[in-house]
Amino acid sequence: MKNIHVSTTVNGDPTEFICAPDESLLDVLRDRLRLTGSKEGCGSGDCGACSVMVDGRLVCSCLVLGAEAEGAKIETIEGMAKGDDLHPLQQHFIDGAALQCGICTPGILVAAKALLEKNPNPTDTEVRYWLAGNLCRCTGYDKIIKAVQAAAAEMRGA
Amino acid sequence: MALDENGKRTFNIIGTRPPRPDGIDKVTGRAMYGADATAPGMLTGHILRSPHAHAKIKSIDTSAAEALSGVKAVITSADFGVPEDDYTRDVQDNCMAREKVLYDGHAVAAVAAINAGVAKQALKLIKVEYEILPHVTDVDAAMKPDAPIVLAGYAMDGLPKGMSENVTHHFEFGHGDMDAGFAKADKIVERSFTTAATHQGYIEPHACLATMGGDGKGELWVCTQGHYHVRGVCADILGMDASQLRVTASEIGGGFGGKTTVFIEPVALALARKSGRPVKLVMNREEVFRASGPTVSSSTDVKIGMTKDGRITAAHATLRYQGGAFPSGTVQFGAQSAFAAYDLDAVQTIGWNVMTNRPKEAAYRAPGAPMAIYAVESVVDELCQELGLDPLDVRLKNAARKGTKSAYGPTFDDIGLEATLEAAKAHPHYAAPLGPNQGRGLSCGFWFNFGGNTCVTMNLNFDGTVGITEGNPDIGGSRASISMMAAEELGISYDKVRTIVADTNSLGHNDITDGSRVTFAVGLATIKAAREAIKVMCARAAKIWDIDADAVYWEDGFAKPSGPNAGAFEPMSIEEIAASSPNTGGPIAGHHEVNADGAGVSFGVHLVDLEVDPETGATTVLRYTVFQDAGKAVHPDYVEGQMQGGAVQGIGWALNEEYIYGQDGRLQNPGLLDYRIPVASDLPDIDTVILEIPNPGHPYGVRGVGETPIVPPLAAISNAVSRSIGLRMSALPMSPPKILKALKSKG
Amino acid sequence: MRYVKAENVAEVVQLLQDEVGVARVLAGGTDVLVQLKMGMVEPDLIVDIKHLEGIKDIVSEDGGYRIGAAVSGAELGEHAGVVALWPGVVEGVELIGSTQVQGRATMAGNLCNGSPAADSVPGLVAADAVVRIAGPDGVRDCAVLDIPVSPGKISLTKGEFITSIFLPKRPERASDAYLRFIPRTEMDIAVAAAGVSLELDADGTCTAARVSLGAVAPTVLLVEEAANAIIGTKLDEASLEILAAACSAVCNPIDDKRGTIEFRTEIAGVLAKRAALIAYKRAGGQ
Repeated sequence: MKNIHVSTTVNGDPTEFICAPDESLLDVLRDRLRLTGSKEGCGSGDCGACSVMVDGRLVCSCLVLGAEAEGAKIETIEGMAKGDDLHPLQQHFIDGAALQCGICTPGILVAAKALLEKNPNPTDTEVRYWLAGNLCRCTGYDKIIKAVQAAAAEMRGA
Repeated sequence: MALDENGKRTFNIIGTRPPRPDGIDKVTGRAMYGADATAPGMLTGHILRSPHAHAKIKSIDTSAAEALSGVKAVITSADFGVPEDDYTRDVQDNCMAREKVLYDGHAVAAVAAINAGVAKQALKLIKVEYEILPHVTDVDAAMKPDAPIVLAGYAMDGLPKGMSENVTHHFEFGHGDMDAGFAKADKIVERSFTTAATHQGYIEPHACLATMGGDGKGELWVCTQGHYHVRGVCADILGMDASQLRVTASEIGGGFGGKTTVFIEPVALALARKSGRPVKLVMNREEVFRASGPTVSSSTDVKIGMTKDGRITAAHATLRYQGGAFPSGTVQFGAQSAFAAYDLDAVQTIGWNVMTNRPKEAAYRAPGAPMAIYAVESVVDELCQELGLDPLDVRLKNAARKGTKSAYGPTFDDIGLEATLEAAKAHPHYAAPLGPNQGRGLSCGFWFNFGGNTCVTMNLNFDGTVGITEGNPDIGGSRASISMMAAEELGISYDKVRTIVADTNSLGHNDITDGSRVTFAVGLATIKAAREAIKVMCARAAKIWDIDADAVYWEDGFAKPSGPNAGAFEPMSIEEIAASSPNTGGPIAGHHEVNADGAGVSFGVHLVDLEVDPETGATTVLRYTVFQDAGKAVHPDYVEGQMQGGAVQGIGWALNEEYIYGQDGRLQNPGLLDYRIPVASDLPDIDTVILEIPNPGHPYGVRGVGETPIVPPLAAISNAVSRSIGLRMSALPMSPPKILKALKSKG
Repeated sequence: MRYVKAENVAEVVQLLQDEVGVARVLAGGTDVLVQLKMGMVEPDLIVDIKHLEGIKDIVSEDGGYRIGAAVSGAELGEHAGVVALWPGVVEGVELIGSTQVQGRATMAGNLCNGSPAADSVPGLVAADAVVRIAGPDGVRDCAVLDIPVSPGKISLTKGEFITSIFLPKRPERASDAYLRFIPRTEMDIAVAAAGVSLELDADGTCTAARVSLGAVAPTVLLVEEAANAIIGTKLDEASLEILAAACSAVCNPIDDKRGTIEFRTEIAGVLAKRAALIAYKRAGGQ
């Protein structure tokens, strides 16, 4: 299997890597670019822990080939805070105890940010359905939903 | 260490909700979990697993795999010794099958290769010749005398006639005259129940990174609930001294009891030893389901007698648990906890454990209790219905209280069950109207809680800030609560304290993060370590003031002279004492080592409203409230989080989660698509009410809170469904086909 | 394995035709990548068609819409025109997987996966949608109903791939709906499913209908008896019961980890009844 050279943009930075043709974008991010904030919980698109944005679309990076990143814009959890300034979602997840073990947190934050960009004022039900593909086993989701809504309210006010 | 009698009833920091110290790392992706570490020259480990439920391994040929370019080591059970003690041998055999494979997914060989592609290719080149044997996966079938024998030589002493050799454990608890008790009853309900095996469902698969030098020294980075335990077991299996294996716990992406043992760690170490290179081994999700430890499945008979006015006269339960391919004692906890919520004159529980061709069970949050209490609380609910009694009143009437001789033996001290039931009764949820096809259910829950071996060191830095070194992986915010207890005790602010989880060579032994023990036991040791440091700090101040050490006391972060007789000295701050410490005797620290007891049992009550679609059997949970005694909630957000998370795991168990085995003994649903853990849109808000009935065994009154919340949902949901459809349900999960079938049978 | 980002239709056809090993077309990839990861398929060639001209476009055509094979569920759901004309088709597509999966998954891919439980297919069958296929012999059109052959198998031949799916125009007072049953509220594969498309006259009487079922037979079924049960009615209770019974009667499902034969058969009728009522209301029926 001959490796493929890929030129892409990750969190705003021009990035190049080589990968095997069957290598997922998640493996590329974690193993080749050392961006281990995206997690592998299932490898089959059922848990959402590997959520990233590709060209403005929320996707599971385990269901994207690394080779498909050619010319694309990738955004991961590592790009969410601007230096020391946390995104309101990140701050509200800490303040509202919306994480326990934290393994699902990067994926949920990336997904929630995508939601609020599309729908700044979602209902609880809309948040719950949007995040249905992000499994969390610790929190029972209650504090996650509340933290997303608190962040949404702050962002609407800002 | 008893509850503080004087002072300390008002807290400055305990009960507040400061941000957790690991928060920023976890919201930015910086936190390092099991699979996130790398090492120079690292190889990738992969494991070959049995496709059969039960088979003899006739031969394994690894030569083609070894010859493949890029493969650096191939191992089988032949690369391990045969440990002398049963426990270590069973753990090792579970990690790598010897002679027989005992379940679908049982490891038979492993490779370390330069990358995943080569490793996978190598696995295909390993030839295993199996002789397939008959298998058994059902708990009741495995107990029958003609059942296939999973492992010979493990039968319990005094195995009753008519039972299979697969039966490994028997327990009995109780007191009183059962016949007399049932004779006094106006109504007796007797019913049998089953529960399916469920998985803890942590989102982070098992992962580790092992290094073994030629000098026999090893390093292991691993996601685990107990790295000291991992060290002990791995050192035993690999024939190493404990001191030569340093184990560091990564951040842990969920455990719930499932990461209290080893599955891949000895394999990674053996591959590292054989290859001479660091080896990273990460399970994929399918491996997690097939080859880690789910909980037991159960089959239970319960018989309870009650008077017309709701007094329980006698209660009996027989529990049969299968714990997979090796002996398991989990049924003991079931037999002990089944009737813990009740003050009974006549009670008896009998527990049997049986082996099956399934993965060896591992602890899952209050292991053994949910399935036992599900059956008991279902029968209590049915009696309430039959006798036309309010289910909360009946529980209050029979509730265990201080002084109750528990069904499992000990007499209870201060416990919070009554207060919890009263809180549920007074809550608006209990009086809210229900619509058509809706039902309300409730259940009590109980867990023992645990203390155990604990070491904590408190170091005072020269700038007056404090480092706490503890040895329990932080699974749900414990670094925050431990920092809070240290700050409270020292009278300094929370942000002056930083708590870290030490590796095995930096601190003495700490038991596993289990039994809801960490906030209790590590908290207790932290308080004690802080008090020891306070003593030293007071002595240092006394030395500077040149007065008697006894004439100095500690308050709000300052050493103070105890009265006018001691001298008119300005209070000396922790910063001043720290800064001057090089001149007053050197660095200041406090530490505490204890095998803690007095954990204090925990009770909870859950209340649920739900609706059943009569045409499809689908259940929608509409409203859910958790009431629980926390003793003292150190960080209420994290107490609520435990209550909510446990409740939702229980909801999943009640409605949809199950291990499904085919006729061939293979697991049919080893993935998060068909092993259906609740998703966000399945659930309403989970409301919480924290009660605080202080635990007499902790200086601040703290009780463990983590496990109790998974216990009540099974019966609460089942009782609500049963009341909604007008039919008693007796098997979990209550998946839609099961409910629809019940509805159809009703006509 | 080779990965090729194809530039044009002819190149795709040539690549697929020339490959002696296993070839897979990659659009959204939400099935192929899972199969790859699980070792269920080991392709020698992956042809990425997302960069073909027009393959991600939705265009008006003869009063209906032509939807490119690489249009994702999320993109389809954001297209007001398609949502207004064929809401049932869109809701079927939008039920495939999570929000994340929606960002990638395509109708054409869902169809080509050949699963009897594919969420987009009953809606497409009820809509009498037509797929456009490019192949060695040029371009051909084929009804969606004729694509699935058996679980995992479709009627496309070597060298062929789907370039677009056409949803026809609708008269006034026409609509459709799709319902599936899953144990959770999201993230499951359909245990049973029903798509209903209907047309009403001015007084609300159903003049034409197509009823389809998913996950209750080796392929998605078109149930004419069920459609006949509501044609000429205003979907009164009696006609809906006949529709439900007709649906249950044609079910030929399996027992598996997701549901029993009994359960699937029973709820297929329930879902068809409920979907018919939703479609009726959407079409302006009272």
